Amino acid sequence: MANLKTTEKKTKAQSMGLHTEVLTGKTQQKFFNPDEAENFYYWGTYDVDFNKRTELDVNDMDCKEANKKIDELMSQGYGTIVIKNPQGKHSLGVGILNKLNLIFEGSLGYFGVGSIDGPTVRVNGRVGWSCAENMMAGKVVIEKNAGSCFGAAVRGGDLICKGSVGARTGIDQKGGTIIIGGDAGAFTGFMMQRGRIVVLGNVGINLGDSMYDGTIYVGGKIGSYGSDAIESPMTKSDIDWLKRKLKVAEIGEDFNVSEMTKVVAGKKLWNYDALEPTEKKGAI
Amino acid sequence: MCGIAGLIHRGKSSNVGQELQGMLQALKHRGEDSTGYALYGDTDGQNFIMRFKVGENVGEGSSSVMEDVSVYDERKKIVDSYLSQMGAKIVKEERILPYSLRYEIDYDKGDLLEFSQKIESIPGVEILSMGKSLEVIKDLGNAKTVCDRYNLGDLVGTHAIGHARMATESGVDIKSAHPFWGYPFSDVSVVHNGQLTNYWNNRRILENKGMRFMSECDSELIAVYLAEKMRNGATLEEGMKDSLSGLDGVFTYFVATKNSLGMAKDTMAAKPLVLYESDDLVAMGSEEIAIRSVLPQEIDTYDPFDGEVKVWQI
Repeated sequence: MANLKTTEKKTKAQSMGLHTEVLTGKTQQKFFNPDEAENFYYWGTYDVDFNKRTELDVNDMDCKEANKKIDELMSQGYGTIVIKNPQGKHSLGVGILNKLNLIFEGSLGYFGVGSIDGPTVRVNGRVGWSCAENMMAGKVVIEKNAGSCFGAAVRGGDLICKGSVGARTGIDQKGGTIIIGGDAGAFTGFMMQRGRIVVLGNVGINLGDSMYDGTIYVGGKIGSYGSDAIESPMTKSDIDWLKRKLKVAEIGEDFNVSEMTKVVAGKKLWNYDALEPTEKKGAI
Repeated sequence: MCGIAGLIHRGKSSNVGQELQGMLQALKHRGEDSTGYALYGDTDGQNFIMRFKVGENVGEGSSSVMEDVSVYDERKKIVDSYLSQMGAKIVKEERILPYSLRYEIDYDKGDLLEFSQKIESIPGVEILSMGKSLEVIKDLGNAKTVCDRYNLGDLVGTHAIGHARMATESGVDIKSAHPFWGYPFSDVSVVHNGQLTNYWNNRRILENKGMRFMSECDSELIAVYLAEKMRNGATLEEGMKDSLSGLDGVFTYFVATKNSLGMAKDTMAAKPLVLYESDDLVAMGSEEIAIRSVLPQEIDTYDPFDGEVKVWQI
C-alpha cells in the first residue's frame, strides 16, 4: 500500500511502450459454489476401513495390473492390503493418495511406493532404487536393505530403512524425515533442500554434497564431506527431536543420539531463506 | 542402459547356461540388441576351447555389412591352416552357425598372445574366447533367442556372467557385444554396465604396449586393462582395485576367471547392482528380478557400496 504512488507512475519500460498488456486485476475474482463436489473431491482417493483387510497375490501380475488391483481394492473400501509375492517387481504401490495400510510380504524392485500421499507402508523385504520417490506424506518402513536414491525428492512423511542403503539417499529431498538403521553410501543428502536425514551407521564419501538446507545426523563414521556441507553443534532440541523420532520410528530407541554428528549446509544462498520463514522450516 | 548378471556356485556344479538365461531374460527390458554369455563349463581341462567368428550376424537390426557366405568358408580354411602351422590339433569341430564356430584344440605351447595374433590377422576373424573352461557366446537378440540359437540350456558348470545390451556408442553387432575375452589370458571374461569416459586415452596407451582392441566399444577397455595389469604380475583383485582410479566414468562390471568371479563398482556408485551371497551361491545382477529368476524364495540382498571390489572363488 505504501507504494500506491509509484504504481500510478509509468515505469521506464512502460513509457518505452514495452508493456501493452491491460491488467484487469480479476484473477482472484473467480467465484465458486462451496457446495460444488468437484472443489472438494481429491482424485484417486477413497474412504477406506482399516479393519477391512484383504490379501493380493501379485506373482502372476505385472506392475500395472497389480497397481490397478490395489486401486480397485481401495475403491471397495479395503483399508489394509497385504501384497504377497512381489518378487522384486518394479513400481509397485505407486501413486496411492489416501490413508491405507499396505504391507508387502517380500521385496520390491525399482520405484516402489513412489509418489504416495498418506499411506502407511511396510515392506517385509528389500527395496530397489528410488523407493518412495516424491512421497508427500505417510510412513514407509523397510525391514531389510534399500538400493540407491532412497527417498529421492521426498516432500514429507517418514521413510525408514532398518538395514543399509545405497548411494544418494535423500537426493533432492524437500521435506520429511529419512531414517537409516544401518550404513548409507556415497552422496547421502546430495542437493538436499529441506527435511532431515538420520543415519545410525556409517556414511560414504561426499556427504551432503551441494546441499541447500536441511539437516543430516550421522551416528557412525563419515567418509568425507561434500562441498557446501559442514558440521554443526548438536543442540538440546536436536537431541530431543532425535530421541522422539527414533522412538516413533521403532528403530534405535536406545541409540546414544547425543554422540551423533550434525551436518548442515555451510553456504547461505542469497534469497533462499526469504522463501520460507525459519520457524516454518523448523516445523517441516 | 544395459543389464548384467552373474552367478557362481561354490563347491558344486549346476545348469549355469539355463540359470543365466533366466537371469538375462528377466533383464531384457534393459536392452535386447544383443546378449552374451560367458559360461564356465565342466571340462576335463585337457584341451582349449576356442569360440570364434568368421563373420557377423547381418540379420534384422544389425549394423554390419552383408557379406557373401562363401567368405566364411574361406576364412575358416585359413584358420584351419594357421592352427596346423602353429601345431594346434583340432580335436572337435562344431559349426553352430555359418559365422560362428567352436573348436576344441590340443595346443600345448601356452603362448596365447602369439596364437591369437596369428588367428586374428585373418580379416573378419575374431576369437570370442579361449580357455580350458570358458566359452563366450554372443549374438544379436535377447537372452532366450541367443540361448536357443546356440543350445546353451544344457551347459553345466560352476559359474557364469552375462550381458543384455542396449547399443549406445557402438554398433549393433557381435564384435561390440559383451562379454569380452580378457585377451590374451586363458579363461578371463568381462561384462560391463556403464560408460567409460577415458576410453580413447587408455586405448592409445594400451595399444602402444601391444594390447589389442577388436571393437570400438568402451567396455572392451576393461578386459584389456585388466589383462595388461595381470600381464605385469598383478592379481585379478589388484587389477580390479586399480581400475577404480584408472578408469574414468560410471561403471559396474563383472570379471570371471577359471576359478573365480569378481565385481567392481565405481566411486560414484552410479550404476546399479544387487547382490545375494550365501555359502554355496553368489548371484548378482543389475536388478533384483534377475536374482529372483534363480532364487524365487524370500532372500536377503543388498547393494554394494561405491568403490567396492569383491572376488569369490568356486
